[in-house]
Amino acid sequence: MAKHYGGVQALRGVTLHVDAGEVLGLVGDNGAGKSTVAKILSGATFPSAGQVLLDGDPVDFPNPAAARDAGVATVYQDLALADQRGVVANFFLGKEILSGNGVARRFGWLDTRAMTRHTVAELARLHTYIPDVRATARQLSGGQRQALAIARAAAWTSKVLLLDEPTSALGVEQQQQVLDLIRRVRDEGMAVILISHQMPDVLAVCDRVVVLRLGQVAATLAGDKLTSENLVGYITGAKVGG
Amino acid sequence: MKTPADIGTAESGQAPDVPRRPVWWRRSGAAVRDLWIGGVLLVIVAAFSIGSPYFLTRANWLNTSNTATEVLLLAVGETFVICSGGIDLSVGAVLGFSGTAGAWVMATGFTGAHGAAVGAVGVGFLATVAAGGAFGLVNGTLVAWAGIPPFVVTLGTLGIATGFGYLLNDGQEISAIPGSVATFGNTNLGGWIPVPVLITAVITIWCGLVLARTRFGAYTLSIGDSREAVVRAGINDRRILLRIYFLSGLLAGVAGVLVMARLGAGSPDSGATDNLNAIAAVVIGGASLFGGRGTVIGSVIGTGIIAVLVTGLVLINVPPFWQEVTVGAVLIIAVYIDQFRNRKSSRS
Repeated sequence: MAKHYGGVQALRGVTLHVDAGEVLGLVGDNGAGKSTVAKILSGATFPSAGQVLLDGDPVDFPNPAAARDAGVATVYQDLALADQRGVVANFFLGKEILSGNGVARRFGWLDTRAMTRHTVAELARLHTYIPDVRATARQLSGGQRQALAIARAAAWTSKVLLLDEPTSALGVEQQQQVLDLIRRVRDEGMAVILISHQMPDVLAVCDRVVVLRLGQVAATLAGDKLTSENLVGYITGAKVGG
Repeated sequence: MKTPADIGTAESGQAPDVPRRPVWWRRSGAAVRDLWIGGVLLVIVAAFSIGSPYFLTRANWLNTSNTATEVLLLAVGETFVICSGGIDLSVGAVLGFSGTAGAWVMATGFTGAHGAAVGAVGVGFLATVAAGGAFGLVNGTLVAWAGIPPFVVTLGTLGIATGFGYLLNDGQEISAIPGSVATFGNTNLGGWIPVPVLITAVITIWCGLVLARTRFGAYTLSIGDSREAVVRAGINDRRILLRIYFLSGLLAGVAGVLVMARLGAGSPDSGATDNLNAIAAVVIGGASLFGGRGTVIGSVIGTGIIAVLVTGLVLINVPPFWQEVTVGAVLIIAVYIDQFRNRKSSRS
């Protein structure tokens, strides 16, 4: 099974692809074009030329909801959690389960019990340890909040998960736990795109890394070429080609 | 002991105390702490009961509950608005305008049609509610689509509704309406339950369930908490906001019907101070003016506190002007407590 993004011609001609069951790193200095690529893939902006291919078919994302419905979910740095709302309400935001009863359903009556059960099951499946789903998002630690946002995105998307700086605000142990979560999502067959400035994290979790520089792909690194030295070299422009 | 997947509890330093409290505290604690204001109401009731032999009487109950109905209906709508992070200053003016508009329809559209009194009343009531709903739609459209801050929008429609109310009959109330309206508004079921109180109770319970148990209620709270999160989740936030302000306008219209029915006339001034009392009731009831938190039961208790203060102070012979002083002071204290709680819970 292949999932290809062919010819994302944003910027000055960037082409990249990510396969199912792979973590693709997207790195580069500020202004290299990482966030533009992310915005195009998540439907926040249009490419002025070129196209996005999903499973080989051209897709058009007029807005973030369209991208999400097509199977591309994005977790932004700010996580987009409603802080005073509970874990369950956040997990199901926009995807609420309504009561099975016809009349109650018409009035939008929520099936809170089913939503709680599903949330607990999904969080457990990804080994996301959140002690009490009745807690509000504000009561969670930074790592738990990140985990909730990633688990939510992973649960509602089938194909591609785009993560923007998921580890930058976390302590060391929490970073490791989020990286474990990313691996687990990948192992379930999802394509993961990780945008990060944290080189150790990129090296730890990415199968392949695309380095952007000045709006172009400076290098694609994989296997034994994926080293800290190469990454920094291509990001800063000390190395070219490759 | 931690499991490998225990994503940061102790090390984070970001939520130091909350997760360590026992689960039962967190589960029941939120509800209990939000309803502390119910205890305040009980204390006030107890104090007035001791202070005046007339407080716990049928007459005072009828008086208090009738006073409370219109404020409560406005407060219920205001609860949704405030939970969504907005404010609706126009509800009192809309109440006055819609009652006057409904009376105007009855007085001008059905002159001499004695046999059609029931029809006249029905159409007049519908016109009243529709007038409230129309202002709600205007508020919602301007807030959601024009992006104008709710404070500004509803301050504007407050003035517009007040002016329109005066324009209908040169600033005078309209009392040439069928007598059955006043009969309807002043009927007590079993001697204890005024019809307006019954109607208000049914609507309040219904709206309480909508806010706490339905998807619309969940979106209302989530918009007030983080509009960005709601938008990113693919929810049509503007449609939700429109419905919230529409509901607030509709309830102001229903309050207009009940006030008109009690007075037997449509008076443009009848809701003049009700908007501030409604907002005060919601805030006293524990809703956050920053949005994202609030309950209808809290607003019911908040309304109860205001209504009991108003009638109770009269019964213990405090000059009536002190009522407004007291309500104002209670409002400030409640907002102070709200800010204090907000600071405390946003440390993470």
